[in-house]
Amino acid sequence: MTAGQMPRWADYILMPAINVAAAFFVSGLVVLAIGENPIDAVRILVWGAFGWNEGIGFTLFYATNFIFTGLAVAVAFHASLFNIGGEGQAYIGGLGVAFACLALDRFVPWWVTLPFAVAGAAAFGAAWAYIPAVLQAKRGSHVVITTIMFNFIAASLMVYLLVNVMAKEGSMQPETRTFEDGGRLPLLDTILPGVDFGSAPANLSFVLALIACVFTWVLIWRTKLGYEIRTFGANQTAAVYAGISPVRITVITMLISGAMAGMMAVNEIMGSQHRLLIEFVSGYGFVGIAVALMGRSHPLGILFAALLFGMLYQGGAELAFEMPAITRDMIVVIQALVILFAGALEHMFRPALIKLFGVLSAPATRPA
Amino acid sequence: MSEQLAIELEGIDKRFGAVQANKDINLKVKKGSIHGIVGENGAGKSTLMSILYGFYHADGGEIRIDGKTVTIASSQAAIALGIGMVHQHFMLVENFTVLENVILGAEGGARLSKGIGRARAELKRLAADYDLKVDPDAITGDLPVGLQQRVEILKALFRGADILILDEPTGVLTPPEADHLFRILRVLRDEGKTVLLITHKLREIMAVTDEVSVMRRGEMVATRETSKTSMGELAELMVGRRVLLDVEKTPAQPGAPFLSVEGLNVRDARGVDVVKDVSFEVRAGEIVGIAGVSGNGQSELLEAIAGIRPARSGVVTIDGTRIDLAAARRDPAEIRSYGLAHVPEDRHRMGLVTRFHEYENAILGYHRDPACGRGAFLDLDAIRATARAGIEKYDIRPPDCALKTANFSGGNQQKIVLAREIERDPAVLLVGQPTRGVDIGAIEFIHKRLVALRDAGKAVLLVSVELDEVRALADRVLVMFDGRVVGERAPETAESELGLLMAGATQEAAE
Repeated sequence: MTAGQMPRWADYILMPAINVAAAFFVSGLVVLAIGENPIDAVRILVWGAFGWNEGIGFTLFYATNFIFTGLAVAVAFHASLFNIGGEGQAYIGGLGVAFACLALDRFVPWWVTLPFAVAGAAAFGAAWAYIPAVLQAKRGSHVVITTIMFNFIAASLMVYLLVNVMAKEGSMQPETRTFEDGGRLPLLDTILPGVDFGSAPANLSFVLALIACVFTWVLIWRTKLGYEIRTFGANQTAAVYAGISPVRITVITMLISGAMAGMMAVNEIMGSQHRLLIEFVSGYGFVGIAVALMGRSHPLGILFAALLFGMLYQGGAELAFEMPAITRDMIVVIQALVILFAGALEHMFRPALIKLFGVLSAPATRPA
Repeated sequence: MSEQLAIELEGIDKRFGAVQANKDINLKVKKGSIHGIVGENGAGKSTLMSILYGFYHADGGEIRIDGKTVTIASSQAAIALGIGMVHQHFMLVENFTVLENVILGAEGGARLSKGIGRARAELKRLAADYDLKVDPDAITGDLPVGLQQRVEILKALFRGADILILDEPTGVLTPPEADHLFRILRVLRDEGKTVLLITHKLREIMAVTDEVSVMRRGEMVATRETSKTSMGELAELMVGRRVLLDVEKTPAQPGAPFLSVEGLNVRDARGVDVVKDVSFEVRAGEIVGIAGVSGNGQSELLEAIAGIRPARSGVVTIDGTRIDLAAARRDPAEIRSYGLAHVPEDRHRMGLVTRFHEYENAILGYHRDPACGRGAFLDLDAIRATARAGIEKYDIRPPDCALKTANFSGGNQQKIVLAREIERDPAVLLVGQPTRGVDIGAIEFIHKRLVALRDAGKAVLLVSVELDEVRALADRVLVMFDGRVVGERAPETAESELGLLMAGATQEAAE
């Protein structure tokens, strides 16, 4: 009875906006408490993220990572699966990108390597989600537990591979050799005329992320598979009644989710680092959960949420630089507050808002 | 018996968005009486009771319990005031045991073991006093619907409620079970407790209540002393017109067998055999009704035939296609493709995805049909057109296929399921409890549809715990007891004879 009492735009736009405003308000109090001016802080944060070209470039770069990891969580959410293994799936996805780039970069241009890198990232990410998916579908081992354990396994596996197998000969660094031009994506500002993002690594992957958003929207709301995923997520008994196999849907959904997470590695590895290195995921997989929650598992919402988190990452770095009292840790506190309000306390303001809309929509209709 | 009032409601208003669910409701319930509230689905009965039980807050009005004005902010507050409730859709934790469900919210101290011990003793006493037998250590979700309801009743009794609200309590009970419940209610009344009975079954109102109030479209339209009113008058007050309670139909013209079931055995999750060696046939152009007390294998029978529940052994033939139900891969979609449609017993749990749009539910189970879109994609325009056709043909209200399914009333939700299953022109239709929680107007409509399907030469297998319904609709009646078909009778057979069969009387005699 509580759903459907608010117009959709309020659900998708107003609610997240209010949540973010609340997070910023509390952050402002924290900034005040350490003796800085919160208005100045917000000004620096927003300017740092959107006020100058290089800032925008970094914001878009971070946002690209969040779009992929956010979509990964969202796809699984639609099937009521909580995939918190985006971190590990993205990490392993990096292997797929690196194999493609290391194999091809000396022989072909980047646009030949790209499809192999994308396919590699998706396949490796999906493969890493496959085992937890099968364990959930056939043995009932909860994906929350197994995916988080697979994050640790992924981390150890990657350290082993990068130290003992894939490291450059004669180097102590846990990383592969640097890719040649055939393994490097063009930067966004070299494609877009009249744009200069300075040293920011925003690259073609952003376009890939936008395509992934459209793909996810079509998948979830316009295909029979998406219908089955949503049915399974909303009512498993009804799904069985409708002839939808729980095993099949669990596995397929997790494969798609893992593939989405894996593709984050294209941005980092092929777009920016140009080599496979240790710990390149550094938390993007986890923040993807907050992005999906805040974006209400809708690709458009995820796009905006990813931009917001991109802004916090980039603007936060500027803020730490401009206001010495606000350290890197303070930025993490602000990010945590956004996650808290947008994710964990997502429904806090909902009852009040529903009441408000109840008062506003006065025209009476008969009870059904 | 004083004229003291247990409950007094004055000017209760409740609005959900644009829908006025309760409008200026006034109600006086005498202490130590059984007071019925009747009305069609969507008339606002459940909303009113939810306000009384603290689930919803009224937008306006006053509640007085035992003469004192109270604010009921939560169900805990209601319980503290001595109000207990048995819900239409059970409020049970499915993976708790019966005992755990009963003490939920009344654990009695931090140490669970103490409370459990006391509860076990109390449960034993209640079971003995009221003959409400349930295994206290059974997992609630594994119990059939009828037994789950007993748990709900025990829960309220365990809390020693002075005012007991029952929302459509007999929806899943057979006549003997309902009579049993009514005996309990009378005992409670005689002990000075107050019972509020929400129902749309007039017979129950006449049988058990002292006073009755009628609701229509969110308003309280009348209160009568039961002894001074009639079913006809109440029905008129409810719907504003006279309704036909009998089903008009011509004698059946049975043809070839469209559905045959041979040697079906089903074992449930607890390892109990729930369907035992059941064989029967349903011919084209006839309705076969399965009568039985809830929990005697009817639910499992339907689910096994539809391919939802695994069978240990058994073969069904649907319109000429033989299917081994014990084969490793059972697929409800495959069985459906042979011409079997299924209206499940519990539309909320199985038949619908309530948070979907209406048009999305109009294709549930048929979404892979080319008619819903070619290849991997959904053709939303075609789907909406199908949904709108169903809405028109089945008079589903409100006629808006984009509305969330949860926002339709029970009767209209059932019509959504029926439209989906019948309009695909199946050879065989399985129907479970077609009119559970459905208002009188819709019951009439649903019955007519089922008879029309039969007259179109289809085979209909009807499972209902409403013996009246089985007798009114079926051309042959099979009685199930303890997982077996214990007899076949003509629908004209006396209710008492069928009742004996349903109680397993013949089986005992045979042993």
